[in-house]
Amino acid sequence: MVSRNSLSGPLDPTPDAGYVDPPARKGFFTDTSVCIGCKACEVACKEWNEVPSDGLNLLGLSFDNTGSLGADSWRHVAFIEQSRPVGAQSFEGPPTGPSGTSFLGMPGTALPGASQDGRTDLRWLMASDVCKHCTHAACLDVCPTGSLFRTEFGTVVVQEDICNGCGYCVSACPYGVIDRRETDGRAWKCTLCYDRLKGDAEPACAKACPTDSIQFGDLDELRERADRRVAALQGAGVTEARLYGHDESDGVGGDGAFFLLLDEPEVYGLPPDPVVTTKDLPDMWRHAGLAALAMAAGVVAAFAGARR
Amino acid sequence: MAEGGRGARRRGGGRGGQGAELMVPEADFRSYYGRAILKPPVWKHDVAIYLFTGGLAASSSMLAAAGDLTHRPELRRAGRASAMAALLASTFFLVKDLGRPKRFLYMLRVAKPTSPMSVGTWILTAYGGAAGLAAVSEAARATVVGSRLGVLDRPLVGVGRPAGLAAAAVAPALATYTAVLLADTAVPSWHEAYRQLPFLFAGSALASGAGVGLIAAGPDDLGPVRRLAVTGAAMELAGARSVRHRLGLLSEPYLTGRAGRLLQAGEMLTVTGITGALLGGHSRVLRRLAGACLLAASLATRFGIFEGGVESTKDPKYVVVPQRERMAARAAQEAERGHRTETVTPSDEAGTSSPTTG
Amino acid sequence: MAEAHPVGFQWVMEAKARGAKVIHVDPRFTRTSALADTFVPLRAGSDVAFLGGIINYVLQNERDFREYVVAYTNAATIVSEEFVDADDLDGLFSGFDPETRTYDTSSWQYEGTEGHEGDAGSAESHADRETASGLQHESHGGATASQTQRDETLQHPRCVYQILKRHFARYTPETVERVCGVPQDTFLEVCDAWASNSGRERTTMLVYSVGWTQHTTGVQYIRAGAILQLLLGNVGRPGGGIMALRGHASIQGSTDIPTLFNLLPGYLPMPHHEQHETLQMWIDEMSHPGQKGVWSDAGAFGVSLLKAYWGDAATAENDYCYGYLPRMTGDHGTYQQVLDMIEGKISGYFLLGQNPAVGSAHGKAQRLGMANLDWLVVRDLFLIESATFWQDGPEVATGEIVPEECRTEVFFLPAASHVEKEGTFTQTQRLLQWREKAVEPEADCRSELWFFYHLGRMVKERLADSTERRDRAVLDLAWDYPTHGVHDEPSAEVVLQEINGYQVADRTPLSSFTELRDDGSTVGGCWIYTGVYADGVNQAARRKPRSEQDEVASEWGWAWPANRRLLYNRASADPQGRPWSERKKYMWWDEDKREWSGPDVPDFERDKAPSYRAPDDASGVAAINGDDPFIMQSDGKGWLYSPVGLVDGPMPTHYEAAESPFRNSIYGQQGNPTRKVYERDANPTNPSPPEPHADVFPFIFTTSRLTEHHTAGAMSRYVEYLAELQPAMFVEVSPELAQERGLEHLGWAHVVTARAAVEARVLVTDRMVPLRVENRVVHQVWLPYHWGQGGLTTGDSANDLLSINLDPNVLIQESKVGTCDVRPGRRPTGPALLDYVADYRRRAGVAGDHRIPIVTAGQADASAEGD
Repeated sequence: MVSRNSLSGPLDPTPDAGYVDPPARKGFFTDTSVCIGCKACEVACKEWNEVPSDGLNLLGLSFDNTGSLGADSWRHVAFIEQSRPVGAQSFEGPPTGPSGTSFLGMPGTALPGASQDGRTDLRWLMASDVCKHCTHAACLDVCPTGSLFRTEFGTVVVQEDICNGCGYCVSACPYGVIDRRETDGRAWKCTLCYDRLKGDAEPACAKACPTDSIQFGDLDELRERADRRVAALQGAGVTEARLYGHDESDGVGGDGAFFLLLDEPEVYGLPPDPVVTTKDLPDMWRHAGLAALAMAAGVVAAFAGARR
Repeated sequence: MAEGGRGARRRGGGRGGQGAELMVPEADFRSYYGRAILKPPVWKHDVAIYLFTGGLAASSSMLAAAGDLTHRPELRRAGRASAMAALLASTFFLVKDLGRPKRFLYMLRVAKPTSPMSVGTWILTAYGGAAGLAAVSEAARATVVGSRLGVLDRPLVGVGRPAGLAAAAVAPALATYTAVLLADTAVPSWHEAYRQLPFLFAGSALASGAGVGLIAAGPDDLGPVRRLAVTGAAMELAGARSVRHRLGLLSEPYLTGRAGRLLQAGEMLTVTGITGALLGGHSRVLRRLAGACLLAASLATRFGIFEGGVESTKDPKYVVVPQRERMAARAAQEAERGHRTETVTPSDEAGTSSPTTG
Repeated sequence: MAEAHPVGFQWVMEAKARGAKVIHVDPRFTRTSALADTFVPLRAGSDVAFLGGIINYVLQNERDFREYVVAYTNAATIVSEEFVDADDLDGLFSGFDPETRTYDTSSWQYEGTEGHEGDAGSAESHADRETASGLQHESHGGATASQTQRDETLQHPRCVYQILKRHFARYTPETVERVCGVPQDTFLEVCDAWASNSGRERTTMLVYSVGWTQHTTGVQYIRAGAILQLLLGNVGRPGGGIMALRGHASIQGSTDIPTLFNLLPGYLPMPHHEQHETLQMWIDEMSHPGQKGVWSDAGAFGVSLLKAYWGDAATAENDYCYGYLPRMTGDHGTYQQVLDMIEGKISGYFLLGQNPAVGSAHGKAQRLGMANLDWLVVRDLFLIESATFWQDGPEVATGEIVPEECRTEVFFLPAASHVEKEGTFTQTQRLLQWREKAVEPEADCRSELWFFYHLGRMVKERLADSTERRDRAVLDLAWDYPTHGVHDEPSAEVVLQEINGYQVADRTPLSSFTELRDDGSTVGGCWIYTGVYADGVNQAARRKPRSEQDEVASEWGWAWPANRRLLYNRASADPQGRPWSERKKYMWWDEDKREWSGPDVPDFERDKAPSYRAPDDASGVAAINGDDPFIMQSDGKGWLYSPVGLVDGPMPTHYEAAESPFRNSIYGQQGNPTRKVYERDANPTNPSPPEPHADVFPFIFTTSRLTEHHTAGAMSRYVEYLAELQPAMFVEVSPELAQERGLEHLGWAHVVTARAAVEARVLVTDRMVPLRVENRVVHQVWLPYHWGQGGLTTGDSANDLLSINLDPNVLIQESKVGTCDVRPGRRPTGPALLDYVADYRRRAGVAGDHRIPIVTAGQADASAEGD
């Protein structure tokens, strides 16, 4: 049973945050099965939000030189090269579980010296990651200045004129999204283009994405669309297609930005079962209270009946 | 090397290479090039130091108040001075660790129960006022007595006890909220330890306060101070043990690397300090050394916990493996529940075979 | 396509979503392959063998669309009995002159038309190669007699169909596997899919880009694709056709309104000093009296262009200033020019948005050429490598260029970007789209239009008092364009109106090229663009959203000619004018209205009935029958066999690339015998069998693009958001090759050819697939060509590896395949680099004045002297 101000479980966060008659909750559905890895989302986001460059580092994670989301990367395209046995058509494979993952020359990894006959078909997964704008957003819960707040669209945004860079949000996020910008001291992350939403426009990344991998709209409509899409894919034999972050009853109450993936979340660098840390907070305070009592009792016991 | 074999889970990225020895059996999981999922805490050692100084301030105030109420002025004085010093240090390190230090007052914009840092800010504020006043009173007592400013003497001195007691009342919260601060994150080894950390921190605080006591105690104060030390040390050791061995895979960061060494050192210093405190007899030198050991132990333990948590964010296995285990347990539970439902109500089968359409 | 045209690729994804199957054939697994249903890795440079195999499959299995083939192609046309095919001449066709390495094409002609003026003797072929005259056929069509002899049963042994069948009989699935490295079952899967998806009810689209064109046999690649699509009935029909993706947003415009030495706007040929001495000779060359087709009006196109250039000064009396037009004397192509610069024959150079130091083949030759100029003008957004080569190019490090001694005076003029000026882009669909100026250019940045207008104005002012006859050509130019704004920017709209054309008398804009006249009463800057300003409205600026139109969307922009979106769309209906199927209905003959009907502009005379048969003496448009959809060809048919127009053969033939590790196993002729070469010590070619020492360069390399960067990098390496996405020059190698050569992922390696050694970081990836070709394993490596030493991310330029070897029809360089060696670690620097490369040349036997033999037909494996 979910009541007002619940720390976990299904919830509509916008009215829960105090808004009266807010617009429908907005979010992203990122269908990675049609992502072509063009990184237009990364560039459009940086252009619109004037996000600084991350530095010129050849990470060589296939074509991923961004590495992960962070204070200076609010969209991150992941690339995963996989070998699959010959005979399996693209996107078909074992019904569940892992496909063999051929590592792409990690430092220190022995290189396969397979003859040509040992070769297999290739699959190249590409996916654009973004802040999940969780229903139960740990970053928002722990922010001590009130800088992070829930907007009328149900999104989570940092007010940069308030943030004092305490960094608590960074450690609270179960997806490893938000980070502190070292040159600036404050925490930064995707705003779901709050300014564009106010102007009735879609976020820059969704606008730029040429194949509509990034879809923007009302969250419940997106969820319906995603259900149809994953059903269609599975019907077509793409049995590994699955949704991630769509479920209201998951550990963060469902994400405002959710995904269609073609393999397990951890393959993409996503936690398989994220839970908002605040869920355990009442229990934590209880333990702290007990410990505090024990501490007081300890002092009393040490000094009791020991008057000089 | 796994030649992309069907069904084989590839081990985490290149770490250790082939045949490297690890203390814990290699966990089997998948990841994105072995890269971390979480962000490491941006907190520097400033925060680890604060864990120590905050706890020290808290227990010093409690020591001072106990000393005040049991007519042990040395303990009272030492406690209040130590609390003040630790309070100032705490404030310094906390502000310094901010990305925008000049905005530290923004912490007071809200009072938010879901944010241990917000709660802690208010605890520290309340505590700081009280402990500061107690310290000023103590200073007034020490310096102003007998001077010409007689008219301020009595209120300043008089406010000392209430202020000191107020500080001592808030102190346990000050000492334990930092455990919630660390645990209320996604940092695997901190969050998983949320049940133990409050006791560990409370114990560590008590032990460090006892350390101050040992350093300042006169021969008649030994009894309470020793008991305090033992209580604190016991809680600290028990808490550390539990954290290092009861968290499964998530204990690993506390057993290995620098965190492991720090916690080990903390344990040894605690034992040394307690031994010295209990067996030191009347030697002032040994007593003081023991006190110093307890202080060092508390510092080392805090650093160890801090580093261990930071380490646990760097390897994706600490996120993926426990979460997969949790999912598997959930799935097993649901399967069992489903099975139980079937066997309990077999008569439902008949009822669900075909819908009736009236 | 996903790499270079990500936005366009969304339509492939849409098609996929509706059930289309996508097959990707490429030496390398790219982002396109990731989204394709089937990926076919093949050896770079072997595509003619691959396509030939599919053609053979279609012919042997009779899977061609027979009614279409008989009615709409020259399959039934009978060829001269003098013709001898490559099969019988070990890879050469009849008429080959080993001295000039050109063909006398008279034996290739249709029966009964030998000696027709359209065919080329050797001399003409030679001139054609020098002047890349093949380009003019882009819209011109080949010229031959309009009436031909045909056998519509396709049984005559010399009908094109049978010749084709014999020609491609060698291209079996086994051959494809052996030559291309494509396993037979994969190959047959492609054949079956393609053939099954063609015919009345279905069409298949062939998409290609510079991976096909940039070869010494590039034009024949395209021809092979065209033959296949014609056989399968996919040309001129919706969802079919051949889509050429371009390498640049307006590159189509750069041949329409050319920046090429051999073309004038609308594909009129630049006059040749011998062949087109007079205006009438020039006009006759284009109009081919007696031919079918719209080119019969070439006089109007030519004269109207001259009127556009010289305005009132161009009159009938002076042949409309035809004498002022420059004349070609041979090869003025960019590679010839660069080699001429090295020899000191050229003193000045304008570079406008072009970066040959990085983007052209044989970077060293480009830079050494520019170092030998008196002056160089560079207009670009940044200080590109072609402007700074004299101080920081690779030749400075090696000592070949000494900055203090380099005579070249470089003028750098900053250019306005595409959002800082207005004008049109013309893209792959021949679509002109007008773009508005969004912001004023800053500081000294100016548009090309501004630059040339004011340059011309100032030159005219300088020459104002001249009495020299040669200066009249400039002084008489019509140069009165209105300017506006604080920078006196000429009006781009006025220029577009001039391109469109208008009546001289009252400047009424023309609406169709049929309104152009050869009597000086019309101005027409580019006849194929006439209509873009029809009714005085800027048609290129139209932006009716597709949600408000049908799928043809004729009201978005304007396509030439005449806003036809699908060329040859007469072929979407059968000879009687009925759609081939309801599903693939596009254009059809409306018997009641007596006109062609459908969502597009008919690529045919609107009121010409399918039953129309031209009288015997007809010419021009009237000579086109009611069932001749290929109106630009002189016989109105799609050509499976090209009697004229191509320098290197009437049918595609597998030749190995100029640099190949393999002996051609289909014919004795190793490479394209007519390819354009520049034999200089500075332009050595790696040895290929039958030459010895080919194993010094045992691997194949190919180059292409990354999504994150753009061409020679001037527009991406200097932009931090793009530079950080791909922050280093790298080379992709297979794990097998990495092991063989000791290469480490993210370590360094260098790639070596006879021209240069280029270093790059290593990306070890399974996407590079070793292939089994001619019974041994061959490795291919891939390099992006975007890097140079300027910008935020710097690196060596891949194009430094290339030699200058060109396709003979259009003079495009072979930049998509070459041989190389790959070694771990960084390359040597300074003069040691020159020694290193020289050592490779010595070991390969190509140092100094050694010349690769080009004609190898009829010789087993002896290395004979070439020409």
